[in-house]
Amino acid sequence: MERYNKDLLNTLYYKMYKIRRFEENIESFFLNGEIPGFVHLYIGEEAIASGVCASLTDKDYIASTHRGHGHTIAKGADLNKVMAEIFGKKTGFCKGKGGSMHIADFSVGMLGANGVVGGGFNLAVGAALAIKKQKRDNVSVVFFGDGASNRGTFHEALNLASVWKLPVVFVCENNEWASTTPYRTTTSVADISTRAAGYSMASKIADGNDVFDVYESFKEALDYVKAGNGPFFLEAKTYRIKGHYVGDPELYRTKEEVQKVFDENNPIDRFEEKVLIEGLMTEVELEEIRIKVENEIKEAINFALNSEFPDPSELFDDLYV
Amino acid sequence: MRQITFSQATLEAMAEEMRRDENIFVMGEDIARQGGVFGQFKGLSDEFGDRIMDTPISETAIIGAAVGAAMAGMRPVADMHFADFMGVAMDELFNQMAKIRYMFGGQTTVPMIVRAPDGLSSCAAAQHSQSIEAWFMNIPGIKVVAPSNPADAKGLLKSALRDDNPVIYFENKILYREKGEVSEEEFLVPIGKANIVREGTDITIISYSIGMKKAYEVADKLEKQGIHAEIIDLRTLVPYDKEAILKSVKKTHRLAIIHEAVKQGGAGSEIAAFVAENAIEYLDAPIMRFGAPFVPVPFSPPLEKAYRLDSDKIVEEILEKF
Repeated sequence: MERYNKDLLNTLYYKMYKIRRFEENIESFFLNGEIPGFVHLYIGEEAIASGVCASLTDKDYIASTHRGHGHTIAKGADLNKVMAEIFGKKTGFCKGKGGSMHIADFSVGMLGANGVVGGGFNLAVGAALAIKKQKRDNVSVVFFGDGASNRGTFHEALNLASVWKLPVVFVCENNEWASTTPYRTTTSVADISTRAAGYSMASKIADGNDVFDVYESFKEALDYVKAGNGPFFLEAKTYRIKGHYVGDPELYRTKEEVQKVFDENNPIDRFEEKVLIEGLMTEVELEEIRIKVENEIKEAINFALNSEFPDPSELFDDLYV
Repeated sequence: MRQITFSQATLEAMAEEMRRDENIFVMGEDIARQGGVFGQFKGLSDEFGDRIMDTPISETAIIGAAVGAAMAGMRPVADMHFADFMGVAMDELFNQMAKIRYMFGGQTTVPMIVRAPDGLSSCAAAQHSQSIEAWFMNIPGIKVVAPSNPADAKGLLKSALRDDNPVIYFENKILYREKGEVSEEEFLVPIGKANIVREGTDITIISYSIGMKKAYEVADKLEKQGIHAEIIDLRTLVPYDKEAILKSVKKTHRLAIIHEAVKQGGAGSEIAAFVAENAIEYLDAPIMRFGAPFVPVPFSPPLEKAYRLDSDKIVEEILEKF
């Protein structure tokens, strides 16, 4: 495990834990009626965004989904502005125009969550096309779920990325649930990555709840893409711990099923066990990161709660340039 | 002044702006090797090489990728082959392209153009003949232009290629071959400004794109009856020139709106409502709208003829109101 230096280990744990605690706080604020609209939580899938974004810079792009808080945080967006946006405040990234489903931070290359399932594929492909035309050494990454792989956008994007050999990594977060439907009942393949072959695209399956496997697999994808080989398809197998949205009655599965996965295959627990058993990190080091995260979350909550709502006079701002 | 076709005018606009701005590139079906189904991209790839890109038949990916590339600093032009095929990419047009700047709080711009050849040609039937500009008048975040002549085609396209908002450029398929005077000097036609192409005192006729041909025919026929029509070429549908419309209607006290698109829910409906809301007291007669009947475009020549606007009928109806 020599390849995992302290900085990287700290980064992976910090990102995962920050996403987890952020989402837990969002859930309770939402249930208290303090967050408008609706929110989709990333709990249980933290290892994917964290393992991928650990290898990206601000010049690399990501396109996200309706379940986008984790991607945004992992990409390095200012937590205060993420929190404020979700609360609908004018100090948020989108000045209160977007909310949870349209969170974005262009300053770190986060091209936006997307309210339309499958809406991000071609945006990421287009960003990759721009990278290629500008002769830059960056990549574009699109996160999407198993459900989105049944959209036509998926197939058009994979084909175009493949024929134009674009620097894009398709990261499928197969969390087994397409909204409230088990993906196996609506999808022609068990492994979504099987579909990559139809577009002559290299692919790999990773354990999406093992941040080390995601990190390693994405590194491989990145090397492949940066070498000019064209796009890569990475499927990360995971499980959606929370409902489709906060408040989802979850009539389609049992609490026991969910609890079992959470107890046995929780990416944060797995990370902690591994680093402690293998002596890569100490409990004190983990605790330091947890304290740091708690402080940042507390600050973000204060920032959001103390920020103003947008003024009605701002209704038309930013419609046209 | 020299005369060139509408199609040549768009080619000149593209070439001039592509020389000026290296971020402009074009994606579409049949555009590089073939030069576009109507020749509107002919020769561009000779000069601009891989900046003119033949795509798979994937309208969704074309528009989606254009949006993504625009967010990443490029200025893409996406050709839709036929305006009718915009339906294939509707989510990308109205949920992504139109909304990205606003819903992300102005963090980015989406400088791109969608080129959409529209309108009746000869018996192209229901899925290759439509004029669907009104759909996009109901979606905030997009600009919509529809030139009626070569000079405007060039000037509006050049303006669109410098605009930081997404612009849909409706170009009529019959107009491609029409010639008109186009200055050899560099010029722009501003988006959002109508053109009073003929001054008159008795009725305002508003149109745009191919509808302008009918507007001239109708005005000429009315002139023979001693009625002096003022003709406004809107040029831009979003944002449309409200000031020019009101000023003219307040002068002439009558209004007729003509377009090839379906009358019900068409651009004319918006303009009529706007005038009724803001200047009804100036009107001496009901506002008249002329557009296609509420039926898909039929194939067979006699049926297609019945579908088309007839300037004699328009004149007859207008005269009834005098």
